[in-house]
This record gives sequence, structure tokens and C-alpha cells, in this order.
Amino acid sequence: MSGELLSARSLEVTFASRHGPTNAKGVDGVDLDVGAGEIVALVGESGCGKTTLARTLLGLERPSAGQVSYAQSPLRYSTRALRDYRRHVQLILQDPTGALNPRQSVYESVAEGLRIHKLVERYHREGTALTEVDLVARALSRAGLRPPERFFLSFPHELSGGQRQRVVIAGALALEPDVLIADEPVSSLDASIRGEILALLLKLRDDLGLSVLVVTHDLGLAWNIADRIAVMYLGRIVEVGTTEEVLGHPRHPYTRALLSVVPEIEQIDPIVLSGETPDPSRIPPGCRFHPRCPALQGGEATAVGVAGRCTGEDLPVIEAVREHQAACWLSMAVSSVG
Amino acid sequence: MSSASAGPDPAATSVALTARQVTWRRRRESASRTWAQFRRHRSGIVGLVLLVFFALVAIFAPLLADSSGLEVTKATGPVLAGPSSAYPVGTDENGRSVLTLLIWGSRVSLSVGLLATVISMVLGTVLGIASGHFGGRVGGLLFRLTEWFLVIPFLPVALVLATLLGPSLLTIAFVIGLTSWPGTALLIRAQTLSIEARPYMERARVLGAGNWHQMSRHVLPNVMPMVFANTTLTVAIAILSETTLSFLGLGDPSRTSWGTMLDHAFSNGAMTLGAWWFIFPPGICVVLVVLAFTLAGQALEELFNPRLRDR
Amino acid sequence: MASLLEINDLHVTYRTAGGDLPAVRGVSLSIDAGESLGVAGESGCGKSTVASTVLRLQPKNAQVSGQVLVAGKDVLTMRWGHLRAVRWADASVIFQGALHSLNPVQRIGDQIGEPIRLHDSSVSKAEAATRVGQLLEQVGIPASRGRSYPHQLSGGQRQRIMIAMALACRPSLVVADEPTTALDVMVQAQVLGVLTDLVHELGLGLLLISHDLSVLGTTCDRVLVMYAGRVVEEGPAGRVFDDPHHPYSGALAASFPRVGDPAARFAPAGLPGDPPDPRSLPAGCTFHPRCRLQTAECQLSDPPLQIHGLSRPVACIHADGTNMKTAAEARQRRPDQPVELAAGTGSTPTRRGGRDEW
Repeated sequence: MSGELLSARSLEVTFASRHGPTNAKGVDGVDLDVGAGEIVALVGESGCGKTTLARTLLGLERPSAGQVSYAQSPLRYSTRALRDYRRHVQLILQDPTGALNPRQSVYESVAEGLRIHKLVERYHREGTALTEVDLVARALSRAGLRPPERFFLSFPHELSGGQRQRVVIAGALALEPDVLIADEPVSSLDASIRGEILALLLKLRDDLGLSVLVVTHDLGLAWNIADRIAVMYLGRIVEVGTTEEVLGHPRHPYTRALLSVVPEIEQIDPIVLSGETPDPSRIPPGCRFHPRCPALQGGEATAVGVAGRCTGEDLPVIEAVREHQAACWLSMAVSSVG
Repeated sequence: MSSASAGPDPAATSVALTARQVTWRRRRESASRTWAQFRRHRSGIVGLVLLVFFALVAIFAPLLADSSGLEVTKATGPVLAGPSSAYPVGTDENGRSVLTLLIWGSRVSLSVGLLATVISMVLGTVLGIASGHFGGRVGGLLFRLTEWFLVIPFLPVALVLATLLGPSLLTIAFVIGLTSWPGTALLIRAQTLSIEARPYMERARVLGAGNWHQMSRHVLPNVMPMVFANTTLTVAIAILSETTLSFLGLGDPSRTSWGTMLDHAFSNGAMTLGAWWFIFPPGICVVLVVLAFTLAGQALEELFNPRLRDR
Repeated sequence: MASLLEINDLHVTYRTAGGDLPAVRGVSLSIDAGESLGVAGESGCGKSTVASTVLRLQPKNAQVSGQVLVAGKDVLTMRWGHLRAVRWADASVIFQGALHSLNPVQRIGDQIGEPIRLHDSSVSKAEAATRVGQLLEQVGIPASRGRSYPHQLSGGQRQRIMIAMALACRPSLVVADEPTTALDVMVQAQVLGVLTDLVHELGLGLLLISHDLSVLGTTCDRVLVMYAGRVVEEGPAGRVFDDPHHPYSGALAASFPRVGDPAARFAPAGLPGDPPDPRSLPAGCTFHPRCRLQTAECQLSDPPLQIHGLSRPVACIHADGTNMKTAAEARQRRPDQPVELAAGTGSTPTRRGGRDEW
């Protein structure tokens, strides 16, 4: 466990529900590890709790149970502790256009974190004579905006979508973090820009040893850059493993359904699940996926004799060990037999 | 938009820019862009010209009319005489030149209006941003306070406060400022709430920004245009309020403002005597100044509010 | 019989304060009944402008020339009253961002029924209600949900409501501009499934606009790839996605990897640089500054869309039938590939103050 940089243990996040007395559990018992220099993709539909989990890992939401730890020490929620934490774990938002203050130039946007954390002074005390301009220029060129000086005075509206996302990334990099949490970093960008930004994330991992947790609904993206994948459904991680394992040999029917609808030409028959992620304030008993599960509806679960467990028995939380695991009675039964 | 340049700049590439230079350059560019857009608003320009005229009159009042002309004891002219070559706008009931009164009155009216506006805008902006930024109990409390002040009727409070604090220019400015901020606060609060929902606020929080940084660096610059536009509209209301209070006899009796002139004209029966030159000029001045501020304010508002800009 | 939609040599130029902005420069296409045509390209390539001209919804500062024939009638020269009848009844549009297009305080059933009664006053209230129920079921929503308000529905359901609204007056042509952009993969699959079923069952013509060539590849029969206001490749959708001949189509296709393809593993394929500023297009082939095949010849003239002895028209002098998708992927695997702004950025100025979509 010594390699884990960022981890969540039995994490739960509840929201006060507006309808009725029960609280909605956005995240309902999650164990997850992100190792140093590792790229982990957190995959799921909107409303599955993946963004809430990411925000909780960032310290933007407080868990109602469980804990987040960074470098083996639990995250504390005092203003000071959080501020220190921000230097290590940074966020890349989905929409770079909204993530930049329209009244700030690129220079100011990137320098903002440096000023908040007084990093120039800190480096000065440590004997490095880097000016703010040097640091901003370094962050911009690391984010692929070269020559950086050309972009200093630009305003967000003068840049293309890809350039804006690079500015957002540069703003995070300026703090020299160890972990980037990227929430759908390319979904609002053009197809052609997408690959460039993903390549940048890979390069940052290779050059700076950054860990990245990328939150996405796009399995192609995960295949492009992730070492490991965690598939989330209704507040729980339902399958976890290396990208090759999860996407090459998916065990959970939900993962299989997600894979089948990735638009491709010679594809397997798409399993289009009816309906969308159900309401987290009404979590079904048993396996939380069972009302939509094609394996249960198709009779596979009955054939193996686990249908009763699917609808009646809660599944254990997947532990954060580095093995291919799936929270599914059917897959457990099949793998224990075979 | 076209004046902004993103292209390579020789100065930028050869010499590293300091943060301050970057900021200054940005401000200059933004100011010149705003001015270029403002110039296209004909009504805004009319308002601005009027404002400059009244401001010049107020500033150079001592050069335009001798202040001794305000003293009743030194009045030399005929009583309530119509316009003549010696007294272009006629005289009042004490034989003072109405023109002199108008010129000196502009000083009082404008300064009370501006002072009241400053009080109102500062209170409204600070409380508006704070009540929008802080959720939960603090924000709720500030919001209630704003609403409470909003429903207090203006005149009774003004009457009570003016009586309690004694009639002086400061009292009047204070009273107007204190009663006119809630409207601004509500406007700024609404704007703050919409800015709070923007992703860049989230980004700032993740960068480690505290409340003060978020409010001063992100919310304030983005509500500032609205504050600015609202200021000019508030000045108009403040001047009108000053006129009202003075007309009701709550003004500073030792100072002449357009409001006190109207009050004097009314109490001396200028109306029944047909002394129109005593009543119309101060009234017209008030209307013109209020109109000028409103026109300029509306032009600014359209400039800064993109949703109005395209209409 | 005439095509449902026929566009001949369409040119659209926006008059802006910063000068004329040619958004569409000579686009021709046609759609028959029961056929779906996809238009792919980046933001600003003119694909949405093409869509907007079909119902003459382009902004006022747009100068349009060419022909846009809906059911044989020219929309561009049509009288206003006639145009109103064409909208909804002959052709209708599905926009992206369904949340903002629905009235939050009106029941969805009433919103779907509104155009029916507006266009045909002889329809009784009861008849309209029955029709609304049918429409909802067609898009996979129980008819009883017609009594719901928009906020009670999920994003995917709202997008399907938009489709139902577009079908309300039984149009023969549907134009869908990025109908699934903001949606999850699963919901996207649902919405696209509904659209394809409608094309097959009702014999509709579908014009589907997207930046995602993989979506068009699965949904459409034919596809056009647009770059800087022109069509650069045209052909059967599956073939263009799998075996693109234009280097730009290749880069677009490669940006969506096939899951399980070892070539795409840790090698996201992208296209360096930004689309050119339409006000100052590069000389010659507009794509050459970003193209890895560029030669001096490319700067001489903009190649026309033609069949170079290939199975389909391609606007590139280097097109020789090579699969540009695999070529683009292979290129990404070069280890020394610098992640830098394109070399072309110097010649293609940063776009300024413009809109993202022309």
C-alpha cells in the first residue's frame, strides 16, 4: 500500500433530499486508490456519483462517513489544511470556457494559484530565484502553450477551446501538484482537440510523474490513457481492474453494456439499457443494478442460480486491492466455479 | 472586441513583463474598448455632455458668480423681478439673482447626490456580495436585513432621521444613502449568485482561494460594471431625494440647493405671483441632471450587460 | 421524384464588424426519403450554418447564395408565409441543449401538441392529444408522461421530447444539430436508436450534424466531412469512418479510438493546431498548415472535391486510397512526437472574439 498517493476508504457522501425524509447517498461506500504516477479512469453515467466522488477527493465535499487520505495521512478539513492540500491535488474542469474568469488575462489566471499560496516568496526562501513570470511561463509551456509569452496578455475569448483547456491545465500545474483530478477534460472539446489534450495528460505523467484521476463517461478515453479503470454505478464501484482487464474481459453486465454502446462500426450487438441511472434516494435492494440488468432479464442469473441473491442480497464493497474485481453475484458465481 | 490583440507582441517576447505591466495594459485596453462602444450610444453621449456641463458649473461656481450674491443682506436687486439684462433669470423674494442661486445650488445638489450615492453603493455592493457569497445563516441574515430595509418607507424614516440628527448636508446624504442601498444590494446579490455558480469560482476554490480572494478577485470585478451602471441611476434618485427633502424643509437652511430654492419659491407664493423664473429654472436643472445621469447610466448598463447589448 | 432536400453550391458569408466571414464556401448535398446523411467537422467548419439554412434560420447578417430545395421548393427565395408552412410540416429541426428549448412551466404534452394545432386548426383537442401520445411512444416515452413538466424528466428524456416535437407535424425531413453532444454514452445510444428507427420506419430523411465521426459512422448512411466551409470527403458513412481517404477525415476518425485496439493504447490521436480563421484562410488547400502530408504543391490551389480514381470524392491532391485513419494513429505512436502547439499556429492566427460556431 506504500505506493498509494490518494485513497478513499469506505467513503460515503449524503445529500439532504428535497423529497421526503431519506437522504440521497451520492457516494455509498467507495474504496479507491490512485498510485503515484498512475492514471485511473473513473467511468460511469451522469448521476452515478462519479463527480461527487471526485469533489470529495478534492476536499470540496465533506464525506458523511469514511475518509480520504493523501500520502497516507487523512485529509483534514480546516481552512489551513485544505489550502495546503490544494497544492498537491488539483482539478481540471470540464468546460474550459467557464473555468476561466473572462476578465482575467491568461497570465493572471495562471498566476492566481501562485499568488494565493505565495509560492514565489516560498521558493525565494528556499533559495530558488524564480520570478512569478518564470513560473507562469514554465507552467504554460509545460501545458503546451509555446512560446508562453505570446499568451500572457490574451483573454480567454481570444483563444480556441483547446488552448483554453491548456490554460486551465497550466493554472493547475503552476502549483506543482502531484495529482490532477480531471472531470470530463475533453467532453466539451472538438474531436480533433481531444487527442491533443489526452496526449498532454500522458506526457505530464511521463515527464513530471503526475498521477491523474480522470472522470469520464467515455470508454475510448479510458482506453487511450488510463492504467486502471473503476466503473461506478449508483454510488458504488461495481468493477475495477487494469484497463486491459476491465475493457478486454468485462465481468459486470453494466460494464459490458457500456462497452457495447461505444459508437463503432464492427461492433458487438449494442445492449441499450432502458432508462437512466436511477434515483440515489431510492437505491434498490440487492444488487443495485438488478432492475436494469440484462443478465438478470435474460435469464443468465437464473441459470446459474443467483437470481435470488441479485434481487435480495446486498453486495460487499469492492476493496481497493489491485486485482480485477466485479461486484456482481453472477460473475462471482461463475468465477468461483470456473 | 477588435482592438484586443492576441498576436505576438515584440515587447512581450523580448522583455519579460511584470505582473503590474500586464495588469495595466489590460486595463488600458479594456477602458479604450469601453469608450469606443460608449461613443456609439447617442443618448449616452448627450447625457455625458450634460453631466460635464453641470460638473463644470459646480466646480467653477466661484468664477461664474460671486458668493456674496447668496447673502440676503447684500442683495442688491429688485424683489421678484423678471429676467433682465442685469439678472438673466430674474431675482428672488430677497432680491438675489436666481442665476447665482442656481450656480451655487448645483454644488450642493450634486455633492449631496454624489455623497449619498457613494454611501448607498458601498453599502449595497458590500452587503450584496456578502449575502450572495456566504450561504447558510450569514447570507440568509444579510438577505433578511436587506429586505427589511427595502420595505421601510423612505419619507418617514428620512423625516425622523433628519429631525434626530439635525438638518445638515451630511445628514441628508446619510439619510438618502441609508435608505437607497437595498435595491443595489438585491441587484448585486442576484449577480453574485449567478457568478458563484460559474466554474471559475470552483477553480478558484480548488486553487486554494479563501472567501476574501474569491469575493475581491472574482466576484467584485464581475459585478463592478453593474455597480458602475447602477451608480449613475442611483445618483439621479439621490438628487431627486435631496430636492424632495429640501423642498419639505428638511434641508440645510444655511446652504442653497435646488431643493431649497423650490421650497423658498413655493413658500413665498412665487406660483401665485406668476414668478415662473423662480420655479422653473431649479426644476429644469433637477430634471436635466437626473436625465443626464439616467441616459449615461442606461448606456453603460447596455454596454456592460451583454444580454441588452444585442438588442 | 425530387429529393427531400437538395442543396446546390451553397455559400454563406457573415457580415461582421471585423470583416466578411465566409462560413460556407460551396456545399452541395442531397437527401432522399429514408436516408440519413451526416455532416462532420470541427467547431467553425460551417456545418451548423448549413443546417440553419435548410429552414432559413441563419442569422440576419448572413449573406446566402446558392439553392436550398426542400421538397423541390427553394427555401431561400420563398415568401415568409410559405416558409412558415415548410417549417414543421415539411422539415423540422432538433437543437442541442434540450433543457433550454423547453418551456419550464408548460406540460410537455401541451408543448408537443402546440405545433399540431397551430399548423392545422381543424385538428380537435382530443385528436391532438392522441397524436401526442403516439409521438411520445414513438420516442420510447410512456404516453402518460405527457402530463409531466420538463424538470421532472432526465436529460435523455428531454432530448427525446425534442425529437417528438420535431415529428409533431409529420415532417418528411428532420435536421438534428448535435442532438447527443451533452449526453452520456448510454443515453446517446438511446437517442440515436430512436432516430435511426424513425428513419427506417417512417421513411424520414435525416440530416445529422456532429463533430463525432464515430456517431455519424454508426447512425448514418452517408457522411460529408467539412473543413473550413467546404466538403473535403464524401461517401458511405461506415467506409469514411473506417477507411478515410482525406488526411483530415483520417484525423477525425482516429480521435475516437476503437476500444481494444492496441494501436490506440496510450496513444491518443489528435490533430495539432486550430481551425483556420475564416477571415484569413491559408492559401491553397485550407488544411495544409495542419496536414502531415503537406508539400509545396498544397499551397498553390485549393483542390476540388473529385474522384481520383477512388471509390468516392476527396478534396486532396495526395489522396491515393491510403487509409488515413491508421496512418494518423501510427503517427501518434512515434515516441518523439512533441506535444506542442502546431507549427501552423504561426500562419493561422488565433481566433479572436469570434463565436465558436459559425
